[in-house]
Parts: sequence; C-alpha cells; structure tokens
Amino acid sequence: MIKDITLGQFFPGSSFIHKLDPRAKIVITLCFIVALFLCKNFFSLGLLFVSALVAIALSKISFKVILKGLKMIVILVVFTGILQIVYNDEGTVLWKPFEQFGFQITTGGVFSAVFIIVRIIALILFSSLLTYTTSPTALADAIERLLSPLKIFKVNVNSLSMMMTIALRFIPTLIEEIDIIMSAQKARGADLETGTLTQRAKALVPVFIPLIVSSFRRAYELAFAMECRCYTGDNKRTRMKEMKLGIRDYIAFGVLLLLVAVVVYTSFFNTFSFFIFQQVI
Amino acid sequence: MVILEVKNVSYGYSHGTPFEITALDDVSFSVEKGELVGIIGHTGSGKSTLIKMLNSLLKPESGQILLDGKDINKDKASIKEARSRVGLCFQYPEYQLFEETCAKDIAFGPKNMGLSKAEIEERVIKAAEFVGFSKELLNKSPFDLSGGQKRRCAIAGVMAMFPEVLILDEPTAGLDPKGRNELTAMIENYRKATGATVMIVSHSMDDMARNADRLLVMNKGKLAMDGKVQDVFSKADKLIEMGLSVPVSTSLVNRLNSKLSDMPTDVFTVEDAAELLSSYYKRRKAL
Repeated sequence: MIKDITLGQFFPGSSFIHKLDPRAKIVITLCFIVALFLCKNFFSLGLLFVSALVAIALSKISFKVILKGLKMIVILVVFTGILQIVYNDEGTVLWKPFEQFGFQITTGGVFSAVFIIVRIIALILFSSLLTYTTSPTALADAIERLLSPLKIFKVNVNSLSMMMTIALRFIPTLIEEIDIIMSAQKARGADLETGTLTQRAKALVPVFIPLIVSSFRRAYELAFAMECRCYTGDNKRTRMKEMKLGIRDYIAFGVLLLLVAVVVYTSFFNTFSFFIFQQVI
Repeated sequence: MVILEVKNVSYGYSHGTPFEITALDDVSFSVEKGELVGIIGHTGSGKSTLIKMLNSLLKPESGQILLDGKDINKDKASIKEARSRVGLCFQYPEYQLFEETCAKDIAFGPKNMGLSKAEIEERVIKAAEFVGFSKELLNKSPFDLSGGQKRRCAIAGVMAMFPEVLILDEPTAGLDPKGRNELTAMIENYRKATGATVMIVSHSMDDMARNADRLLVMNKGKLAMDGKVQDVFSKADKLIEMGLSVPVSTSLVNRLNSKLSDMPTDVFTVEDAAELLSSYYKRRKAL
C-alpha cells in the first residue's frame, strides 16, 4: 500500500544524527552531494560511501528500513548502469556479443557503470538520512532560517516556510485520506488495479474528485483556524525554540570539511596515478 | 444459518518499522443470517481493521474469512463476489461522493457489478426509497446537499448493491438526534425489506442497546466479549476497564442499586428504566 513508502519518512530517535541542528544537516547534505559529483576516483568515492554508511550506523536507523528505501531506485540504478556499459567505448574490449551492431563491452564502460551506481546509492543513502532523522517541521524551520537572507530582496520567507510546513504536514493526512477513499470505492466494486492505462486512469476519477473536494475543505478549515489564532503572516513572529549550533554540529562540520578536502585534493591536484580514475582504466 | 464466519484471523501494520502494531490477534466469531450485530471497542481496538477484512479490502495474515462456507480470499472471482455481497460503508461516507448527480453516484456500485441498465435504474430508485430520497434530490449534485442528505446519499450508494451483509462504521457520527433516529430507521427499512444481516460499529452504547441483537466487544485487537446485549451490558465493570461504558439507563440503575440493592440489573433502554422507576415508585407509595 501507499503507507509502506519509507522514502521521506521521519523516524523519531535521539542519536547523534537526530540531535544535529537541522540547518547543519541540510548544509552538510548539500555539501556531501556536491562532493559526490566532484569526486573523480574510486578512492574518494569509496571514502564518501563509507562515511555515508558510518552516518547511517550513527543514526541507529535499522538497516532494513534503509534497504526498503533503496528498493524504489533499483530500476533507476540498473537502467543507468546498462546505459553506461552500452555507450562507453573507452578502455580495452572485454566482450563483443553482437559485433554486427558495433556493440561491445569495455573496461571503461564497466568501471563507469560501477562508479555511477555507487555514486547514486551513496547519494540516496545520505540524503534520505536527512528526512529519516529530521521531523518535517524542523526541516521547514531550518529551510526558512537558511533562506532568510532573501528577505533583502523582499521575498516573504515566513509565508514561504509556512506554506512548506503545511504542505509537509498534510502529506501523511492526504495519504491516509487517499487510502480511505480508495477503500470506500473498492468496497463499492471499483476496480483500481487492472485494465489498460486509460481504463485505470478513468478508474481514478472516483478517488481524485473526493480528494480534491476534501483538500479544499481542509484548506478553508485550516485558514479559519489560523485566523482565529491571530495568524496574519507578518514577519514579526518570534520562535518558541531558537535553533543554536552546538559542539556536535561543529564536529560534524569538521568531519565534512576533511572529507571535502580529501575529495578535492585527490580529484584535482593529486599526482599519484593510483587516485586518478582515467588511469585505472 | 451462519452467513459469515471469521476464523482465527490475525493482522498487523507496518512490519519491520518502529511503528509495528498488531491490529487483530486471533479473532474468531460467526454471524447468523438476518442478525443485527453491534461492534463496540475503544479507538484503536481493531474494529476498523476487522470490518475491512470482511469484504477483502485487507487480507488476513493468518486465518480465514468464510462467506457461506467459502473462503472469500480464494481467488479474484471470490473477492469480487465478496465485495458485492458484503456491503461496507465507512465512517463519514459523504466524503466519497464524486458524481454529477446523486442518482449517478448511487448507481456506481451496481454499475461496477455489471448489471443491466434497467436493473441499475430500478436499484437506484429502491435504494433512494430506503433512505427517503425524493426524485428531485436524486437529480441534484451531491455537493449541493446538506450534511445529513449527503450521508444518506452515500449510504444509499452501498445499499443499491443489495448486499446480504451490510456493515456500517459509525453511521450516525456527527448527526443530530433527529438525524440519528432517522438513519437508524433507514437501516431497519433495508433489513426488513431484504432480510439482510447488518453489522454496525458504534460508540453509542444507547443506540446499541436499542437496536442490536448481539454485541462483539473488541479490546486491543482481541475479541473480548461476544454475546447478547443484556449479557454484555451486565458486565459493566469489565467494559469500563476497557475504556467503554454501559447505556445511560443501565448506569443509572446500577447507581441506584448501590443504595437500594433490589433493582433488576437488566435495564438497557430509557423506556425500560422509566417503566422500572414508575413501578418502583408505585410500590413504595402502596407500602
């Protein structure tokens, strides 16, 4: 069912990763992703992959959950891998199964396939860790704080973040609602799972119309409730919980800095041939 | 004759995550044809999971559900059969209306059953009769109706399938007393006309006392009690322990009993209580 999607879900906890400042987590995740795309050799990629695994171990989130989240990208990973193998002709030829079509598998293809697959997996592992360990509201708060410099350009960051918080808050509610409506229509004999693509698209009408109607109803109710509590959307609201960077966050930043330094050094300035990806081929 | 049989059914949600819950734990019971069974239980006791099982919206992880002695989850055909023979009406069913007119919305179920046009029309009219809908209302958009009318339209949508077992989850929730009585009468109309079995999930012990033949009490995923209304409500302590209560009149008589100690304990409706008190008063006066 829809409820079984774990990607983007939040698992409460009190681990080192959970306790990090959400702003720090967002910045670290972004830097980590940039580092993943900067790195050009197996040594630094391996280093980043291992540190993603270490971060998961620190978060104390069960490995089963992480694997379940990875399941969703299996097709993407396999597809990218195949494309790399098919279209990369560098290096020595390993195998020529369909010579008449000019198709061949080369060492370059295999290496770049493995490289990209590891890169995607590390990317998903690390970025899903952000949502696994940060509550949606903390995430929206942190985004607001990180975007607050935009106030100079007259962007209404408060309203933006309120919209974001509400949107995030209502994802589980809407999923639950879809579940209920689907059950109700199935109980009236609606067939939502079989048939051609157009038949299935048509079958969703009885699900989406009630969903849209009730979303509008909820939006009105929420707007009234917020106005009743004097929400006007101005910029002068203070927070109940001020975010403050602690020693943990500085440690995390330190580790990140070290990782990025190693990645940049080995990818751009290094003279040891072992580290350079092209030389491995 | 037994129509529906639940045999050692268990079910859990979110296996392998920190949110794992056992919703049903080895539940067994059977329902006779034409019975009116009430299901009561605290929030989260497994009532909703249980009723979703009864027409195969959820499949039991272990155990079986038999309709007329046949497993409803055997294959696609048996599931389809169960969906049309066991009608399920969820809480706040008005939120599932979607068609342009009420008539079309009520026809959705029969249409999915693959009936002929003439028969669909006939069923829509019959179902509208059960819930007291006029022709005029049938041609209106369901989104223009009042809350109570929407509810009735949605329930008619389930009744139009003429299910042999009609299951309703809190059909009277959020209605005023008049609407509640009307709705109870409509369900009774349907039962009388079709001889169907009806199962009602409710939090209102008074409604249950007045209408049900038999009560199933769910507690923490288990079937805690299964018996006649008077048998269940005579165990007030046990019900209160489960976060439930007894009908108002029963608790009144029980409280009087702690002072007078010669009151009968089988009073469940306001009418019974009134009669009891007036006869008691007359007896006292005669002394």
